[in-house]
Amino acid sequence: MKLSFEKSKNGRSFPVLPSLDVPKKDLPGSLLRKSAPRLPQMAQPDISRHYTELAKRTHGVNDGFYPLGSCTMKYNPKLNDEMAALPGFTGVHPLQAPETAQGCLEVLFMAERLLCEITGMDAMTFQPAAGAHGEFTGVLLIKAWHDSRRDSNRVKIIVPDSAHGTNPATASMTGYEVINVPSDQEGGVDLAELRRAVGDDTAGLMLTNPNTLGIFDKNILEITRIVHEAGGLNYYDGANLNAIMGVARPGDMGFDVVHLNLHKTFSTPHGGGGPGSGAVGCKSQLEPFLPKPRVVRGKDGFSFATPERSIGNVKAFYGNFLVTLRALVYMLTLGANGLRDAALNAVLNANYMMKGLSDIYDVAYPGICMHEFVLTLENLKKECGVSAMDVAKSMLDYGMHPPTMYFPLIVKEALMIEPTETESRETLDEAIAVLREIRAQARIAPDSLHSAPRHTVVRRPDEVGAARHPVLKYNFDGVGD
Amino acid sequence: MNFPSELSYSKTHEWVQDLGGRTARIGITDYAQHELGDLVFVNLPEIGDEAAKGERIADVESVKAVSDLVSPLTGVVKAVNKEVADNPELMNSDPYGAWLVEIGDISDHEELLGAEDYETFCEEEG
Amino acid sequence: MAYYVPSTETEQKEMLASAGVKTFDDLFAAVPDSLKIKGLDMPEGLSEFEVRGRVEAISRENVVFKSIFRGAGAYNHYIPALVKQIVSKEEFVTAYTPYQAEISQGVLQSIFEFQTMMCELTGLDVSNASVYDGASAAAEAVGMCRDRKRSVVFVSESTNPAVISAIKTYCYAANSEVKTVPLKNGVTDADALASMLNESAACFYVQQPNFYGLIEDAASLGEIARSRGAKFVMGVNPVAAAILKTPAECGADIACGEAQPFGMPLAFGGPYLGFMTATSEMSRKLPGRIVGQTKDLDGKRAFVLTLQAREQHIRREKASSNICSNQALCALTASVYLTVMGPDGLRSVAEQCVSRARYAAERISAIKGFELLYSGEFFHEFVTACPQDASVIEKRLAGRDILGGLPVDGGILWCVTEMNTREQIDGLVSALKEAVR
Repeated sequence: MKLSFEKSKNGRSFPVLPSLDVPKKDLPGSLLRKSAPRLPQMAQPDISRHYTELAKRTHGVNDGFYPLGSCTMKYNPKLNDEMAALPGFTGVHPLQAPETAQGCLEVLFMAERLLCEITGMDAMTFQPAAGAHGEFTGVLLIKAWHDSRRDSNRVKIIVPDSAHGTNPATASMTGYEVINVPSDQEGGVDLAELRRAVGDDTAGLMLTNPNTLGIFDKNILEITRIVHEAGGLNYYDGANLNAIMGVARPGDMGFDVVHLNLHKTFSTPHGGGGPGSGAVGCKSQLEPFLPKPRVVRGKDGFSFATPERSIGNVKAFYGNFLVTLRALVYMLTLGANGLRDAALNAVLNANYMMKGLSDIYDVAYPGICMHEFVLTLENLKKECGVSAMDVAKSMLDYGMHPPTMYFPLIVKEALMIEPTETESRETLDEAIAVLREIRAQARIAPDSLHSAPRHTVVRRPDEVGAARHPVLKYNFDGVGD
Repeated sequence: MNFPSELSYSKTHEWVQDLGGRTARIGITDYAQHELGDLVFVNLPEIGDEAAKGERIADVESVKAVSDLVSPLTGVVKAVNKEVADNPELMNSDPYGAWLVEIGDISDHEELLGAEDYETFCEEEG
Repeated sequence: MAYYVPSTETEQKEMLASAGVKTFDDLFAAVPDSLKIKGLDMPEGLSEFEVRGRVEAISRENVVFKSIFRGAGAYNHYIPALVKQIVSKEEFVTAYTPYQAEISQGVLQSIFEFQTMMCELTGLDVSNASVYDGASAAAEAVGMCRDRKRSVVFVSESTNPAVISAIKTYCYAANSEVKTVPLKNGVTDADALASMLNESAACFYVQQPNFYGLIEDAASLGEIARSRGAKFVMGVNPVAAAILKTPAECGADIACGEAQPFGMPLAFGGPYLGFMTATSEMSRKLPGRIVGQTKDLDGKRAFVLTLQAREQHIRREKASSNICSNQALCALTASVYLTVMGPDGLRSVAEQCVSRARYAAERISAIKGFELLYSGEFFHEFVTACPQDASVIEKRLAGRDILGGLPVDGGILWCVTEMNTREQIDGLVSALKEAVR
């Protein structure tokens, strides 16, 4: 389809603003740009259609099954969105005096209390805008804590090899050297290797539990103890909290700081890649270092306070407030038992689906999984020449979003499946049937999978060409195609 | 696969062409480009940077991976191949023509293999 | 049956059996018993009806002012109806990052259009798909400029304090130093800049218009930075960018900013939208997602996430930034806003800001004690003196349903946009007169 720029026609405009009711004043010409930005000039009906067409070319959770591992693509309740659109929230300026924004402060305060209870932490900030931003904030808390104790030798962060790519990237962005620790045969952290890796230069450990293999590390208490005894702190990557919400808490496992992906576990929509929220919780010893400002409750209501040794801002204002609000609405709706039921059913759905596939696909780490599991298609590739990519692309023709591909890196030809609790048994059965059909197809007609998908608006775009000779914006002077 | 006999090879899959006068060019081998797949970018050092044997001197990117180019030589970067930077596909289509870095003032080097030994080495690896 | 969980209790039992276990507890056998909690200490769930009542009541504890004369990083602009409708489409709202290009062409094309618009606005070559907000964009931008030899970041003191704080936080993380450049008459002191920049300077960052609303002589500052071998980074208000000299015309290597004014409500500070553009020489260092154009198997135009090998999921500890999302829905909001406004509409927003702010500045500064603090040209914000405790004035204005300017050192920072009609401005002026009487 055409770009908005290709639909543009000079002089096609319509008035949105009233005419000026004060004297017209202009800035001196020397301050002005030479020419106007070439924005599209389209009529309202055509703009409306343009974006409807783009929406039709976009697959969201609302369009079908979305078992994207580690991304927790659960249903996004519409009540959350309606509450986030209330003018009583959208019309509040972030720098209003706190006494005129008591509702917003209350939202932040309540969300903090509830999420601290869920994670077993003592304090929380909502300033980080996404999971990776939360990691950055959380590891900075660890850094500031060591600095405050003048413990400047601690230059290393330990990261298991099954970790999300953001973990090592975060550690190096915060000035740390990354020490990778391999996984053991069961997919957990190799304790002997961990003991070898820690020392008086250990600043901390970054871990997600359950990990990216969908396995709850049963040695978790031992792991966090080893790091604590070495003088380091433990960071919990909350990307996979959906598996254990209401069942177990990172704070009880020995973690000192956590980030949560409110856009995963707490049902706020992903918006095609954001806005999310990477709320960070911590134990009381890290509280003085949290970003500024924080909400406190006093006799006269809620107000802001600056933590005494704050690391500063990681973003302006108080984070993605409307996202935090949506997460609060979710927690109020589900309540204590509802949150726990969500976790139980997320784990149940994953195990149900894994069982439905395990006789024809290889599960990377067989046994009971948590909220997600990983298939390895290494043998399938050897036998039939069909790769994880081929299977994923074939799913597109069935109206399903494929699982996460080629991750975690320690599993060859990986497909990582996370169904979430909001999928019905019928949907899971249908997905199982589709994956079984694709598996059968791989044996009898592998070529048909190499050329999948067939029914999408585009098919296997050339990523190599895109990267070799990048075209990153519309060329106004060239000829379109 | 192609293993030109006039070149020397490192075990990390770089080729070395001796230009004489303590100067040499390095690039990635046919075997390496084959293993890495379609290359889309090369991150070259700056002229004047120091090269140390066994250490990263550049990196090459495919769509989904990054691999370090390890310098087999110790010396100083004298030139880099801008043409390959603009057309990374040359590393795939003509790996031995697509030299990446020219190193001068060479003071040390890793143990290098001849073409036959390198071919055997690759067979063992594959 | 729990909220949002479709399977019935009977189904759950059957599914447990299919999975080879008897109870939910069996699924959590790997969790040590000592870690299992009895239950969460929080209220039980509520019906949708009850939640709505509760949350609406909380929203009513906020004051939404009829007249807003406060900016300082969050701006009150008109949001056309089309914008709200389009960005509520569930396909856009409920999609993830567009990893699977075949079923994400809509999001991808909208980002490609966004990137094009940001390049048009700033005059620079390459844009990313957006980042968290303006402050983190600034922090990421200065981080792009550091190398082994040049690590010190210079920031003008005329920058929004929250942005300076974010830059300092990111630099603390990277163990690099930040130095602030002092002001003269409310704008960056060019002489001071020239004497401060040395061989360790990675870059100089200036905000345009600056925190006090004043228009900086960015071209001259850029020339000083470049003559010292430092990169020049401009944080720009995107509405002002519609008419002011572009960052490219000022010689900037990187432009960034907060695009909240493009269709996003004030919303107590977020979600907002950070944008970043750069010269093609700097493009490989841009953090975050970037969308590129390519062809598919059948030769059709298609869009994909590209240059991914720069990013954290490939480079891991060697990545320059850990960012892996953008604010896609906010970027969509901005592109819809710009498409609806078009070049004429956007210019008219900017020009109305200029004219209305001047009208307000003249009338406010005519009141005794509210003289303008600076004489330079300004866009839509300006600082006046304040004859008494600014917070007292603020309260009195609040009583008239007016959110006054932000109290700052030495006075009040006012903001006037196209939303402030003559009637509102005249109302503010008479309320102010009364407040100081």
